[in-house]
Amino acid sequence: MRQLEGELDFTLVGAREGEASQILRPHLSYFQDARTRFKANKVAMASLFVLLAFALMTIAGPLLVPYNYQDGDLLQANKGPDLQHWFGTDELGRDLWARIWIGGRVSMAIGVLAAVLQGVVGIIMGSVSGFVGGKTDLVIMKVVDFLMAFPYLVWVTLLMLVTGSGLVPMILALTLTGWLTMARIVRGQILTLKNEDYVVAAQSLGALSRRIILKHMIPNTMGVIIVTMTFAIPAAIFSEAFLSFIGIGMKAPMTSWGLLVSMGMKQLYNYPLRLLIPCICISLTMLSLQIIGDGLRDALDPKLRR
Amino acid sequence: MAKFVLKRLLGSAVMLFLLITISFFMIKLIPGSPFTSEKMQAGSKQAIYAYYGLDKPVYEQYFLYLKNLLRGDLGVSYKIRSVTVNEVIAKSFPYSLDLGLKAIIVAIVGGLALGIISAYKRGKAIDAFTMILATIGVAVPSFVVGFFIQYLFAVKLRWLPVAQYTSFAHTILPTFALSLSMLATIAKYSRASMIEVIYSDFVKTADAKGLSKMRIIMRHQLRNALLPIVTLLGPMIAMVITGTFVVENVFAIPGLGRYYVTSITNLDYTMIMGLTIFFALFLVIMNLLVDVVYILIDPRIKLS
Repeated sequence: MRQLEGELDFTLVGAREGEASQILRPHLSYFQDARTRFKANKVAMASLFVLLAFALMTIAGPLLVPYNYQDGDLLQANKGPDLQHWFGTDELGRDLWARIWIGGRVSMAIGVLAAVLQGVVGIIMGSVSGFVGGKTDLVIMKVVDFLMAFPYLVWVTLLMLVTGSGLVPMILALTLTGWLTMARIVRGQILTLKNEDYVVAAQSLGALSRRIILKHMIPNTMGVIIVTMTFAIPAAIFSEAFLSFIGIGMKAPMTSWGLLVSMGMKQLYNYPLRLLIPCICISLTMLSLQIIGDGLRDALDPKLRR
Repeated sequence: MAKFVLKRLLGSAVMLFLLITISFFMIKLIPGSPFTSEKMQAGSKQAIYAYYGLDKPVYEQYFLYLKNLLRGDLGVSYKIRSVTVNEVIAKSFPYSLDLGLKAIIVAIVGGLALGIISAYKRGKAIDAFTMILATIGVAVPSFVVGFFIQYLFAVKLRWLPVAQYTSFAHTILPTFALSLSMLATIAKYSRASMIEVIYSDFVKTADAKGLSKMRIIMRHQLRNALLPIVTLLGPMIAMVITGTFVVENVFAIPGLGRYYVTSITNLDYTMIMGLTIFFALFLVIMNLLVDVVYILIDPRIKLS
């Protein structure tokens, strides 16, 4: 090498001032970037519109017809879809259009409320476990392991038997049994993040804990939390349907998609439409939430950031 | 190995004991007694309470229950006259076991086949099909799948029987309904792990050594891609158990899942409790087996 250097005549070009540190692209915050990437995902955007359409219908749908969900007209019982009753009527002459959208309101409320409450409990338990460590961590994780060893529907069923059916008991039961995944994920995130190089680097550069939590911990955990919550919504909607299906969920005259399915099941041969409509509603809602969740996971993954 | 199994066995026993205790006292918390709805004279009510031991204090009932459990006696049904929980299990568990096993086999074989093929044909039509199936299978509830195929293949097309569980033809629709979500999960995971393996260094090395394609697939790719799937087996058995609650009801199969749901509707507490314990015991044993299998097939795990 020395010899070559001697023979060839090199001139040092050097770094041109300013070029290396020039910022070519506008600065995007973590969530701005995630939003751009989510918007580029066409399937996820389509699912978002489907979900919004369903949500809108559960709010506005019942207002479009002059019937309410619980009063039937026996003279109009068991009618097929026509201009008066868009989805037909049930065996008590109640308008199915109104019942479907009120039922959707109940199902979606259970899904969202249960997911949020599960999330809150899970985040608290997980972060206490992760930050405090020691015996507290051991106890919380033993409880999580124990509850996770058996299917959570078995726990929910036992709880619902004690509390009785209804909206509030169901949300309570789903919260008490559904926080485990979130707790595990949050705890895991905190434990890994504590030892990540960039966190250690920030610490050694003298960053305050506040800055580390705000700039590193939260953005890196937020994505996972949002994604886990999104997946928890369809799970809770399914649980509601399952519990109403086996007879300990919602009770008539209240309605929900799960209850409509279990009612429709008894009339499958004569009135397949009564089963089909709530089935389609549950499936499309759960499917779109699942796809949105997948899309969010990709969009919020900091490793995929460009 | 023996030490590991012993430790796991002990842990499982503690968990089961906790579950039994918690569910016993939770069921005691339920307001009213199983006989509140029945119309009977005061004297006969007392006689029935004495017969079932309901007149004793709760802690005595608990120890009695534990003592009976240790002898393998899960108690009697409160609602179906002179039927024990053990009899119900003996009669209906074979149906659920048969259905569950079939569903797991279909899910593993179908899921692996789809996952592996789509990993090799990445971006082709079959890959897209697998991904769509994986999304639908995970998101669409089993009762919807059940009703849909029941209506299509049994009611409309009349290719297969609508319900019951008496011949092989009867088993096809419920097996499919129960296995779809598992099949979708396995397809998704095996596709991902297969893609990872295909581009790994040891496969390149094997290729460079001039090994035949078949040998690479069998010896190097499949074995490594299969490992993550074994971990799915535990949750899958739990999925099968809760799945039978729904599918057996849709297809009117006289299995344990259907009995469980019926006992919930009837508020038959001893039956609910007995079946819960039975499911839990079954699950715990199966999970232990899965763990042992995993250690046996993964040479990287060394017990210390």
